[in-house]
Amino acid sequence: MTNQKSKIFNLKSLVPDRQTFTRSFRMAAWLGWQIESNWTDPFLFAIYSIIKPLSGAAILVVMYSIVSGGNFESPIFPYIYLGNAFYMYVGQVMTGISWAIIDDREHYKTLKYMYMAPIHMPTYLMGRGVARFIVASISVLITILFGVAFLHIQIDLAAVNWGLFFLSLFIGVIMLAMMGLILAGITLMLANHVWFIGDATAGALYLFSGAIFPLDVLPAFLRPIGFIMPITYWLELLRRSLVGSVAQAFPTLAGFSNAQLLYILIGLTIVFGVLSAVVFHWCEFRARERGMLDMVTNY
Amino acid sequence: MFFDIVMPLLAVSAYVFVYQAIGAPEEYVGFVVMGGAMTAFWMNVLWSMSSQLYWEKEMGNLALYVMAPNSMMAILLGMALGGLVATTLRALAITILGSWLFQIPYQVTSFWQLFLVFTLAMIALYGMGMLFASLFLLLSREAWHLSNLAQEPVYLFSGFYFPIKSLNFWVAASASIIPLTLGLDAMRQLVFESGAALGFLSVPLEIGILAILSVVFVTAAKYLLAYMERLSIREGRITESRR
Repeated sequence: MTNQKSKIFNLKSLVPDRQTFTRSFRMAAWLGWQIESNWTDPFLFAIYSIIKPLSGAAILVVMYSIVSGGNFESPIFPYIYLGNAFYMYVGQVMTGISWAIIDDREHYKTLKYMYMAPIHMPTYLMGRGVARFIVASISVLITILFGVAFLHIQIDLAAVNWGLFFLSLFIGVIMLAMMGLILAGITLMLANHVWFIGDATAGALYLFSGAIFPLDVLPAFLRPIGFIMPITYWLELLRRSLVGSVAQAFPTLAGFSNAQLLYILIGLTIVFGVLSAVVFHWCEFRARERGMLDMVTNY
Repeated sequence: MFFDIVMPLLAVSAYVFVYQAIGAPEEYVGFVVMGGAMTAFWMNVLWSMSSQLYWEKEMGNLALYVMAPNSMMAILLGMALGGLVATTLRALAITILGSWLFQIPYQVTSFWQLFLVFTLAMIALYGMGMLFASLFLLLSREAWHLSNLAQEPVYLFSGFYFPIKSLNFWVAASASIIPLTLGLDAMRQLVFESGAALGFLSVPLEIGILAILSVVFVTAAKYLLAYMERLSIREGRITESRR
């Protein structure tokens, strides 16, 4: 028992050497891209990457324009629009990483071979998220460009805090990858409803992270959930870096400086990083023990 | 329960809070809850009706279905009825919970019209699902992506979270080909006090169009299903599974 526990909590074994890391990540990223993009011709792929995100954004735009009478100048509009645009990363990256387990175990039935291969599994899973990150980036870019071109989203390229933007984006993507790894671990352990766990988590965080409305709108007892979620601070930083005055017009996080928000984001990312390592390792151990690595529940 | 009721309710709540954040009138909250409940039917038609034959193909059951001494239409009809009952329960739970959470007032003007609209919308919708199922008989992996693609645009054009009248007339008219568009619009007119003022067409006209759509979709599904079955057998697609 003690031996088993020490195996589970030996975090040193979670960190791969450089060669294994590079090999696992590079091959997984390439494999992920092949899987994501080879099913159709580029034209249909482009439609898939454009129509879906734009339709989601358009629902919010129509809702807003009905109530406001088309007043897109109000600060709440860019708040909602940009939050929704960047939230696409949450669905794609976080869910994408956990979906790699479902794909490999249920669909392609290759997960057991992955475990036999000389790769580092968490790194492999994060590599599989790269393709989703690229697709999400295209969707986010198109959605923002659409907003700037047609919906009066005022982004002054000269005034954008590019350093803060790219730093926040980078940390945020790592944070989402870590959250995806937690979901991947849980997915390994589940037989039923695994298809929905990613979407379910993304859906719940959509409500609690202030993505499309300031957290103040939530009932007071629900707000703490938003405050412990790194996505809340990540979205705020992205908004501030692009349209600073707009994001700071809302009181929820107005008391925090950019640096403070960044520290909170980094701190929570580290917390989720450690948590993801422990959770994934534990779930993996349990899944091996229960013989769930090659379980097929009918795709 | 968590995935079928709580999760859709979270999405509904997010849109409710958006309306509250931008200071929308109270009736829009009711519109969102009703739209959120009706998404269950669209999801059911898309993933468990249209894609069903694709799933069966992937699992290797489709050939058995075709060989069985019954029509494909009968199998799909059985699936439709089973799916409809389960989805109605889910939609009811979402409506009741959403109404309780957000204190939504209802004022039903005609129960029999409401029942008629719902029944016709469901017949037309599941008829449409059978029609799509025949198309999906020929598809492989693309079926998954097409179903995925059809979610958000339909939420948008069918006015799941806002009155369809808010869209351009011709856009709303084109979207009316999807039975839930008019069904949802008519139901909102019948259960909310301000529903009639925000309605797209009059309720009797919407009932008439839904009746026509029901006949058209069910009949078209019958013929197309038979045609696609013959075609897929001829092309050897029935047992095809691309992994």
